[in-house]
Amino acid sequence: MIFISELIMPLAFVGIILYGYSKDVDIYETFIDGAKNGVKIVFQIFPTLIGLMVAIGILRESGALDFFCKLIMPITKMLGFPNEAVPLTFMRLISSSASTGLLLDIFKKYGPDSFIGRLVSVMMCCTETVFYTISIYFMSVKIKKIRYTLKGALLANLCGIIASLYITKIIFGGA
Amino acid sequence: MLNYLWGSMILIGILFSTFSGNLSNITNAAINSSREAVNICLTMLGILAMWTGLISIAEKSGLINSLSKKMMPLLKFLFPQLSEKSKAMQYICTNIIANMLGLSWAATPAGLKAMEELQKINPQKDIASREMCMFMIINMSSLQIVSINIIAYRAQYNSMNPSEIIGPGLFATLVSTISAIIITKIFEKCDRA
Repeated sequence: MIFISELIMPLAFVGIILYGYSKDVDIYETFIDGAKNGVKIVFQIFPTLIGLMVAIGILRESGALDFFCKLIMPITKMLGFPNEAVPLTFMRLISSSASTGLLLDIFKKYGPDSFIGRLVSVMMCCTETVFYTISIYFMSVKIKKIRYTLKGALLANLCGIIASLYITKIIFGGA
Repeated sequence: MLNYLWGSMILIGILFSTFSGNLSNITNAAINSSREAVNICLTMLGILAMWTGLISIAEKSGLINSLSKKMMPLLKFLFPQLSEKSKAMQYICTNIIANMLGLSWAATPAGLKAMEELQKINPQKDIASREMCMFMIINMSSLQIVSINIIAYRAQYNSMNPSEIIGPGLFATLVSTISAIIITKIFEKCDRA
C-alpha cells in the first residue's frame, strides 16, 4: 500500500505530461499559468486560516475542550464507546493536526493494535475536519447562511463513527 | 453561523481559562497559532502552486474531462441542476477524484474553484445553494479510499500489521459517504429555501 502511495505522484506527472504532449498542449506555459492560480488561492485562504487557528488554539489551550469531553463521557459510556477516544472524536471535527496529535498519543498509550488503537485508526479514515472545511470553503465565497450543511455533515460523520465502532468490534473483537 | 462559531470558540476558551486559572496560556496560544498558520500557508503555497500547475495541464489537454465522464452518472444524480459541461461540475469532479486518492492538498484548490463557480450561478449570494450544500456534505463525509498516513503512524508505533485497518476503514468510509448522500437528499426535500 505504501508502494501505491509512492507511485501516485510520479504517475500523475508522467500521465499528465504524456497526455498533454499527445494533445499538443504547451505544457510548460500551461503549468506556469496554473501555478499562478495556486498562489492566488493560498492568499485567499491565508486570513481565514489565521483566524481559525487562533480560535482553535485558544480553545485547546484553555482546557475547555477536555472539560466538555469529560462532561459527555457518561453518555458515551452508555453507548459502549471508549472514553479515551472522545477528545479525539471531537478534535477530529475541528482540526486535522490537533487530532493527529491525539491519535499518536493514543497509539503511544495503548498501542495501535489495542481495541481503542484500531478503533481510532478506522475512525480517522472515515471522518473529516467538518468545522475547518466549512469555514474555509464558505468564507472563500462569502456565504453567510449555510442552511443544513453543518447538520448533514455532522450526521454523516456520526454514521461513520458508529460504523467504525461496530466494524472494529466485529472484525477484531474485544472491548 | 461562522460569525458565532468563531467568536464563541475564542470567548469560551478565554472564559474557561479565567476560571481554571490558566489565563496566561491564552496569549501564547494566540501567538503560536497565528505563527503556525503562516507556516502552513508557506508550505501550501509551494505545493498548491505546483499542483494547480500540473492540474491545469490535465485540464487543458482534456484528461480531467475524460475521467469526469466516467463519474458523470453518479454526479448527475447528486447535482441534477448542473450541466455536465459546466466548469462547476468539472471542479467538483476533480475534487472528488483527488479526495478519493487522498490528495487533500490537491482536492482543496479544485474544491474552492467549484465553490467559486457555484457561487456564480447562485441566485442569493449570501445563502448556500442546494448544490453547495450537497457538495460540501459529500466532501466532508470523507471519500478517501486508503488513509495512508494512518497506516504510517501505526507502523511507527510498532503495529504487528499496520495495514489491517484498510478494509474496515474503507467500509466505514462507504457508510459515511452513502449516509451523507441519503441525509442530504432528505434535507433537500424538507428545506426549500
